[in-house]
Amino acid sequence: MAPRIAVVDYHKGNLKSVERGLAAAGGKVCVTDNPVAIAQADAVVLPGVGAFADAAATMAALGQTDVIRRRIADGVPFLGICLGMHLLFEEGVEGAPDEDDEASSRNAHGLAVLPGVVTKMPRVDAKGLTYKIPHVGWNTVVPPTCQPTEPLDAANFPPLLFAGIAPGEYFYFTHGYIAPSGPFVIGETTHSVAFPSAVQYGDVAFGVQFHPEKSSDAGAQLLRNFVSIVKGA
Amino acid sequence: MLAKRVIPCMDVKDGRVVKGVNFVNLRDAGDPIELAQRYDEERADEVIFLDITATSDDRATTVELASRASEQLHLPYCVGGGFRSVADIRTMIAAGADKVSVNSAAVANPELITSAAAAFGSQAILCAIDAKHVAGAGDKWEVYVHGGRVATGIDAVAWAREAARRGAGEILLTSMDRDGSREGFDCALTRAVARAVDIPVIASGGVGKLEHFAQGILEGEADAVLAASVFHFGELSVRQVKEHMRAQGIPVRL
Repeated sequence: MAPRIAVVDYHKGNLKSVERGLAAAGGKVCVTDNPVAIAQADAVVLPGVGAFADAAATMAALGQTDVIRRRIADGVPFLGICLGMHLLFEEGVEGAPDEDDEASSRNAHGLAVLPGVVTKMPRVDAKGLTYKIPHVGWNTVVPPTCQPTEPLDAANFPPLLFAGIAPGEYFYFTHGYIAPSGPFVIGETTHSVAFPSAVQYGDVAFGVQFHPEKSSDAGAQLLRNFVSIVKGA
Repeated sequence: MLAKRVIPCMDVKDGRVVKGVNFVNLRDAGDPIELAQRYDEERADEVIFLDITATSDDRATTVELASRASEQLHLPYCVGGGFRSVADIRTMIAAGADKVSVNSAAVANPELITSAAAAFGSQAILCAIDAKHVAGAGDKWEVYVHGGRVATGIDAVAWAREAARRGAGEILLTSMDRDGSREGFDCALTRAVARAVDIPVIASGGVGKLEHFAQGILEGEADAVLAASVFHFGELSVRQVKEHMRAQGIPVRL
C-alpha cells in the first residue's frame, strides 16, 4: 500500500502543486491542518507559503507545532520545503519586529529541530557587489564540501534525497531569507552568499530551500527519492 | 549562480492559445497546459499565460486555467492580463499562480503594485510595461496602455523605477517598436531599464532568430528573455535557444 503523506496546511496558500508532485512521485497524499491526521501519517511534508512569524503562529494555534516536532523526533520521514525548511530551525526574523537583528529577543520561534536563526539574505556580497533580493529563479545545488573552484565531480551528494541527481543540478528558488549553516547541511547554493539549500536531521528528516514541485524533472526525482525513503522507513 | 531564463509566452483567449500554434505531436495545439508541458520538456524556465480576453465575464476561464496549471505543470508560471484589484490577484494566486503580471491597471493606480506586493510578496508581482520610442528624442521611451493603443506620456524608465520602488518583483518590458518585427529586442530600451532598477528585467518583443536571445542578455543586460511565435511555430526550440546562449557564455539551465 502506498504510504500516507500528510502535507501540513497552515492556511497560507495553495498547496496543490506540492500535493500533485508527491502524488506523481507515488505517495498517497492528504493535505490536512488536523494534528491527529499529522500524528497518524507515515510521513510529514511541511510546504513553504507565507512568512516565518505568521506561519509559526498559525501552526501553534492549530496545534501542529508539537505534533510535527514529536514526529520528527520519532524518526518519521519529514520534508520541509522553503519556509517549511526554515521552520525546522530555532528562530526566524521574517515577519518578526526586528527583521534586521538576528540576535533579537523578539524573533519568531520555529520547531527548533535544528539550531540557529533564519536571517535575511544579504544584498551585498563580500566584494561589495549588489545582488537582487529576493533570490528568485533557477540556481544550482552542490554538496557543501564542493567549492566553486573544484570540479563538480570531485564531490557527490550524500545518498537518499539526492539519489540520481548530479551535483550542480538546477532547482527553482524563491526566497529572501536563509538558514544558518552547520554540520546538518547536505546541499549548498550561492547567490550573494553561499547558503544551505538542503539540510538533514537524523536519517530521514530533510529540508530544502528550493521548490521541488516547481523544479521540473530534477524536482520530480527528488520527490520520488523522498517517497522511496518513506516506503523504506 | 542564478541562471538567465528563457520564457515562452502564450496569449490565451477563452482558455485557448491564440496567435497560431504550429506544433506537431500535440494532441491539442490550442491547449495552454499541453503547450506549457511541451515547453517544460524543452527546458523552459517558466511560462507566461497572457489573458487577452477583454471582459471580466470570462475571467472564470482563466482562473480555471491557473488551477489546472497548478495541478499539471512542474515549473513556475505567471498569469497576466486584466487584473484591476488586489481581490482579482488574490483569486489567481489562490488558484495556484506563482506570479501575476499587472499593466494598465497599475499605470492608472500605482497603489495596486504596493498593496499586491504587500499581500503576496514581491516575487509574485510582475509589472508589465509596453514602451515605444519617442521619435527624435534619443534614449527616451513612452509607456502605452490598453494593449498598446493608448499613449500615457509617462517615461518608461521612470515608471519602471517607480514600479520597483513600490514592490514589483520583476519588470516585463515589451518594445512596441520591435514587437512582431523579428528584428531582435530593443537592447537600448532594455539596458536603460535594467540599469535603472534593481529587480530582474524580462526582455520582450522582436525576437526573430537565435542570436537575438543572447543579445537581449549581453547587450540589453536583461535577466530573462521572452518570446512567443518563434516557439509556437516550432521555428526555434527552447533547448536550441539555451544551447546557443550557453555557447555565448551565458549561464543557463539545460
